[in-house]
Amino acid sequence: MESDDDYYEDDIDPDDYDDGHNFDNEDVEVDEGYLGESSVDARISSYNPDLGDDDPYPYECLSADKVVGLMNEIIREVNDIVNIPSTTLRILLAHFNWDKELLLEKYYEYEGNQERIFAEAHVISPLKSKSLARRKSGRSIEQACEICCNNYSSSFMTGLDCGHSFCKGCWSQYLCTKIIDEGMSQTISCPEFECDIIVDDAVVMNLITDQKVCRKYQHLITNSFVMCNPLLKWCPAPDCHHVIKVEYRDKRPVKCECGREFCFDCGESWHDPVLCMHLRKWLKKCDDDSETSHWISANTKECPKCQVTIEKDGGCNHMVCRNQACKHEFCWVCLGPWDPHGASWYNCNRYNAEEAKKARDLQESSREMLQRYLFYCNRYMNHLQSLKFEHKLYARIKRKMEEMQQLNMSWIEVQFLKRAVDVLCQCRQTLMYTYVFAFFLKRNNQSIIFEGNQADVEKATELLSEYLERDVTTASLGEIKQKVQDKYRYCDSRRNVLLRHVHEGYDKDWWEYIETS
Amino acid sequence: MAFSQKRIQKEILTMTTSPPPGTRLVTETMQTTKEFLVEVHGAQGTLFAGEQFKLLFKFGDRYPFESPQVMFVGDHIPEHPHVYSNGHICLSILTDDWSPALSVESVCLSILSMLSSCTEKKRPPDNAFYIRTCSSNPKDTRWWYHDDKV
Ligand SMILES: [Zn+2]
Ligand SMILES: [Zn+2]
Ligand SMILES: [Zn+2]
Ligand SMILES: [Zn+2]
Ligand SMILES: [Zn+2]
Ligand SMILES: [Zn+2]
Repeated sequence: MESDDDYYEDDIDPDDYDDGHNFDNEDVEVDEGYLGESSVDARISSYNPDLGDDDPYPYECLSADKVVGLMNEIIREVNDIVNIPSTTLRILLAHFNWDKELLLEKYYEYEGNQERIFAEAHVISPLKSKSLARRKSGRSIEQACEICCNNYSSSFMTGLDCGHSFCKGCWSQYLCTKIIDEGMSQTISCPEFECDIIVDDAVVMNLITDQKVCRKYQHLITNSFVMCNPLLKWCPAPDCHHVIKVEYRDKRPVKCECGREFCFDCGESWHDPVLCMHLRKWLKKCDDDSETSHWISANTKECPKCQVTIEKDGGCNHMVCRNQACKHEFCWVCLGPWDPHGASWYNCNRYNAEEAKKARDLQESSREMLQRYLFYCNRYMNHLQSLKFEHKLYARIKRKMEEMQQLNMSWIEVQFLKRAVDVLCQCRQTLMYTYVFAFFLKRNNQSIIFEGNQADVEKATELLSEYLERDVTTASLGEIKQKVQDKYRYCDSRRNVLLRHVHEGYDKDWWEYIETS
Repeated sequence: MAFSQKRIQKEILTMTTSPPPGTRLVTETMQTTKEFLVEVHGAQGTLFAGEQFKLLFKFGDRYPFESPQVMFVGDHIPEHPHVYSNGHICLSILTDDWSPALSVESVCLSILSMLSSCTEKKRPPDNAFYIRTCSSNPKDTRWWYHDDKV
C-alpha cells in the first residue's frame, strides 16, 4: 500500500487525486469496454511473439499498490458521473463485479427509483441517509451495547446508516472474526440479526486497529477486484504479488516483472501451440493418472471386474482383488473368474474360454489407450525434465563465454552462446506442448505433416543440445561459433515452421480431436 | 474473556428472571458459564405438548462473535424433521445466519417456534446416514438447510 490515506479516500477529490498516486494516468487510462470486454476468440490467433509477424499484445505489470490505485480510479470515474459517496460506490461496484458500465446502465434504467439499486446492493441510499446513526450530534448519553451488554457513552457507539449501533470494541472483534476466520471483505453485513446492510471500507478501516487484519482486508478487497476483472490476472508464481493488466483478453503470453511467463487466458506457463482447453485436460489427466506408469510393469494387471490395478507378488495365479468392495477372484493367466479353475492352482487350462477371452480383450483396449497416453506423456515429461536441467547448461555456457572473452573475443561476440541456450529452451518448451497437442489430435493428412515437422524440431533440438553439452568444450573457437549459430538458427526456423503450421491449422480448421474420457 | 463474561451474566439473568415461556435454565447443576442446560417444554396444542427436552448450549472463547454450539441432549430427542436422532439441529441461525446480536433467549425462541410449527413427527430423511458420519460438534457440519417451512 502506498499509504492508508491513498487506499481509503473518503470522498475522492478529483483535483488532488493525482498527488497521492505516482503512477501516470495515461498508462492506465480506462476506456470504453474496460470491464465489459469478454468476447474472446476461441482460437489462438496466428500471432506469435517469437515469430514477430503480427500485432503486439500490449499489457503492463502492476504492483498491488497500483491495483488499488486502479480501483480508486474507477471509483473516481463513476463518481464524476453519479454523485454518490465513494464508500457507497465501492459497494455498488463490487455488487456489479466492478463492471462500471453495467452499474451506470442500471443506475439510469432505475431513474427516479434509484432506491432499488441501493437496496439490491444492500446499502442504505445515500440520498436519504443523512439523519441516521453515524451523523448523530455530539451529545453524550449512556447507551447499552447489545453485544457485550456494557454501557458506553454514545461517542463510543457506532454503526452504519441502518441505524443499528454497537460499541467500537464489539465492532472491531466482529470485523476481525469475519475477515480473519471467514475471509470475507465486501460482503460483511451489519452485526444485527437479519440486517443485510453492507459494511463499507471506510468503516472497516476506522474500526480495525490491528495492522495484520487491515492488510488481510485490503488483500481480500484487491483480490476480489482482480478476480472480477477479466482484464486483470495475478501472476501465478508463488509469492509474487503482481498483476498483469491487458487491454483486451486473449490467449497470449505475458511476462511478469518476476520473470514468470504465462498464458493470460488460463494462467498456465505459455503453452503454444496447444489450446488452453486441451492443456487443462492434459494436466488433469496427468494428475489423475500419476499411478499409471506402474501399469505397464509386467507384474500388474487390472481386476477384470472393477479395474483396480492388481500387483502380482507371488507365484500363485489365484488372484483376489485387493479392492475391499470387490474382492473378485480371478486367474492371473487367463483373467477369467477363478471358480471354474477349481483346485488347479498351478495351472490354467481355460485360456480359450469365452469369458476369459472377453476379459482379456477389455484389458487390451484399455491398455491401448494407456499406451497411447504413455507414449505422449513420456515425451512430454522428457522435455519437461530437460528444461529443469537447462539452468546448469546456462551456468556452464556462462563460464565458456567468460573464457572466450579472455581469449580476446568481445562481450557482444560471445552472446551467440546464450542465444543458443535460449533457443534450445524455447524448442524444448514448444516440443513439450506439441506432445499435448498431438495427444488430442486425430490422424489425418495434416496431422501427418505436423508429425513430420515435430520430428524435425525434435532432431534439430537434440543435435543442438548435444553440441552445447559436449562439443562446445573441446572444439576450436572459430569452429564453435559457426557450428552453434548454424544449429540454433536451424532449430529456430524449424520451430517456426512447426508453430506456423499448427496456427494455420487452427485458422483453417484442419485439426480434428479424439474423444477423451 | 472479561467482556463476554458480562454478556453471559446478562444472559443468565434474562434466562432466570424472564425466560421465554416453556423454557427454564437449569441452574442447580450449573458448574461453569461455558455451558448452559435449558429445559424445553412442548407448547400446549402442538405435537410436542406434554413432552420435555433438554437443550445444551456451549460457548466458545469468541462467543458471541461465533455462534454457540447448540444441541438436544438426553434420552428424549424431539422427533422433528430438522432434528437428528443424535440431537443435532438443522437451523440456519446456529451457523450461517448467526449474528452476535442474537442470544440464548433468541435461540430458544427460534427452537420453540420450530417445534410448535411442526406438522408431522418424523426424522430428517438423511438421519441414518448423518448420524453415522457426522462429527460430534454440529458446527462442523456443512449444513444444507432443510425447507424452512416445516
Ligand atoms: Zn459492545
Ligand atoms: Zn444494521
Ligand atoms: Zn510474478
Ligand atoms: Zn492458456
Ligand atoms: Zn476388483
Ligand atoms: Zn485361468
